Amino acid sequence: MTHRANRTLQVAGLARVEGEGALHVRTVDGEVDRVELNIYEPPRFFEAFLRGRDFREPPDITARICGICPVAYQMSACLAIEDACGVRVDGQLRALRRLLYCGEWISSHTLHIHLLHAPDFLGFPDGIAMAGAHRAIVERGLALKKAGNQIMDLVGGRAIHPVNVRVGGFYRVPTPEELRPLAKTLHQALYDALGTLEWVAGFDFPDLEVPHDLLALRDVEGYPLDRGEPCVSNGLAFPTAEFGRHVVEHQVAHSTALHARLDDRMFLVGPLARYSLNSDRLSPVAREAADAAGLGPVCRNPFRSIVVRAVEVVYAVEEALRIIESYERPDSPAVEVNPRAGVGHGITEAPRGLLYHRYELDQAGRILSADIVPPTSQNQSAIEADVTQVVHSHQHLDDHALQSLCEQTIRNYDPCISCSAHFLDFTRERT
Amino acid sequence: MPSIAVWKFTSCDGCQLTLLDCKDELLPLTERVHIAHFLEATSVSEPGPYDISIVEGSVTTPEEAERIRWIREQSGVLVVVGACATSGGIQALRNFADVDEFRSIVYARPEHIATLGTSTPVSAHVAVDHELRGCPIDKGQLLEVLTALLAGRKPDLPDTSVCTECKRRGLTCVMVAHGTPCLGPVTHAGCGALCPAVDRGCYGCFGPMNQPNVPALVPLLRRSGMGDDELHLVFRTFNANAEWT
Ligand code: SF4
Ligand code: SF4
Repeated sequence: MTHRANRTLQVAGLARVEGEGALHVRTVDGEVDRVELNIYEPPRFFEAFLRGRDFREPPDITARICGICPVAYQMSACLAIEDACGVRVDGQLRALRRLLYCGEWISSHTLHIHLLHAPDFLGFPDGIAMAGAHRAIVERGLALKKAGNQIMDLVGGRAIHPVNVRVGGFYRVPTPEELRPLAKTLHQALYDALGTLEWVAGFDFPDLEVPHDLLALRDVEGYPLDRGEPCVSNGLAFPTAEFGRHVVEHQVAHSTALHARLDDRMFLVGPLARYSLNSDRLSPVAREAADAAGLGPVCRNPFRSIVVRAVEVVYAVEEALRIIESYERPDSPAVEVNPRAGVGHGITEAPRGLLYHRYELDQAGRILSADIVPPTSQNQSAIEADVTQVVHSHQHLDDHALQSLCEQTIRNYDPCISCSAHFLDFTRERT
Repeated sequence: MPSIAVWKFTSCDGCQLTLLDCKDELLPLTERVHIAHFLEATSVSEPGPYDISIVEGSVTTPEEAERIRWIREQSGVLVVVGACATSGGIQALRNFADVDEFRSIVYARPEHIATLGTSTPVSAHVAVDHELRGCPIDKGQLLEVLTALLAGRKPDLPDTSVCTECKRRGLTCVMVAHGTPCLGPVTHAGCGALCPAVDRGCYGCFGPMNQPNVPALVPLLRRSGMGDDELHLVFRTFNANAEWT
């Protein structure tokens, strides 16, 4: 059954991804002829109904684009609106935002590592079946996830769609005493995160080295989460306001999502890009753990993204601890933000990669237009390219094994199809 | 063991994620039920019938309208979870607008997108046994429904207002004390008054309570500084399609 020149693989409902997608692969005369990651998630029209809304609403409204990374949406939305209104949030308020974001990274990455991705490496249909053979490991993962959720509950008021975030800061800021119990949880979490990293570093990784450009934020200090300037592995850097000139989305016939190119080149965003552009910015413990896990300063094998995620969890736990230890309660829970006519841009590092928002406001703070570019729509072309390469170099596998490998290749990106199911293209004027 | 299936319609995945967030309860729960379909969590998908189906999301495509009927036929008990499934969700804002125009704003080639002009709750299509409100649902309420169903009793889901929960927690009323506009008096209970706990007014993510007295609340909201525009927007969010009046 193997080595057939013409074969078709069809996965109707991709499992263990967020949202609804399908994969279609066809080879003809031994060559990969077509790879399509189909998005069949119905569109929800966020950019359309944001028009006419108040400038204070995007953090709550856009959070509902994705239940897995609502904080990312809230943070990019806040930055964009604050940019439009000429406000910058700094000091302890920014530290609290970063703390909240650490909570989301820990929670989202841990979910992906344990329940969505690791089962591929160990040959289980899901994390629950995996728990049958590796109960302690899955429980450790769930405890880590809970630590992330606890940060979001405490700082955000709720783990999914936090209620405490507003343009300018928060509704209420915690006291240092309220944050203190978190430190205890996080000390245990650091230990669990290091254990998780050691565990995933021992997996078998298929060979793959991707040539794509890598796009991630880089900040003046620290590993990028809540702020930074877009940088590319080829040395290019550009201000956030120029994002739409570099990253251009196209609609393709087989998908409701748009396919993006960076300066007309294939690129990827997310853990591999973030790590490869910022591995010098890890905390000492995370850096050392990354070395021990066999990661050099750059990682271009998407199958190893699970290791990079585990390193980022270590970093996020340490960073959360650092913020809590130096926390002083700000005098006011938010900076005052007054609307003015103008355009604002905001970009942050969602767990899956760059998330860009742009809003145009009128004098009264009414939204005239909104653009949102989520990570998965930026990664879609890279995912299809990786599947193509994997199919090409694994033609000897039978259909079942090849299909599993293709699905694993897709999960390397932790695709969030709920997020990618809409979004404006920047090409309209050009095509 | 009773079988459970988890289904996604048009949504953000946040409500089904609540299930995976039940850290201390998840693994014990999987020992008491058989998960027959839960695409976000497992590659295993078994054919029906199912004892319990949990549905997240609203109906926005012709395919979804078909699929919900099939799920109803295959399911003993149908539990719908979240503002999307119980009212149509934030995407029901299209119900007040022109979807063709919406499509052209978001897509370069709108003719590829098969969507209905409305986003509707599951109950607009089939009979529903239990509803959990919220955007997202409350984890405690989800566990209560599952535990009650497994024990064969009726779930205890209060249908009072957020105001009641706020008072029970002993929180200071944000509207009385700080003049902050709050939808707590007309919003369905279930969250445990999360927003007032962070000095914020409730924005109604659990949707309207039974027989909400919105006309009585409006003067209070005005006194707290809300103008016509804001009053219009505040009821047009995550449960815009629900019966507020
Ligand atoms: S109700 Fe809210 S949290 Fe639940 S799926 Fe819909 S948008 Fe997401
Ligand atoms: S207080 Fe209101 S808006 Fe806030 S979580 Fe509860 S129901 Fe939702």
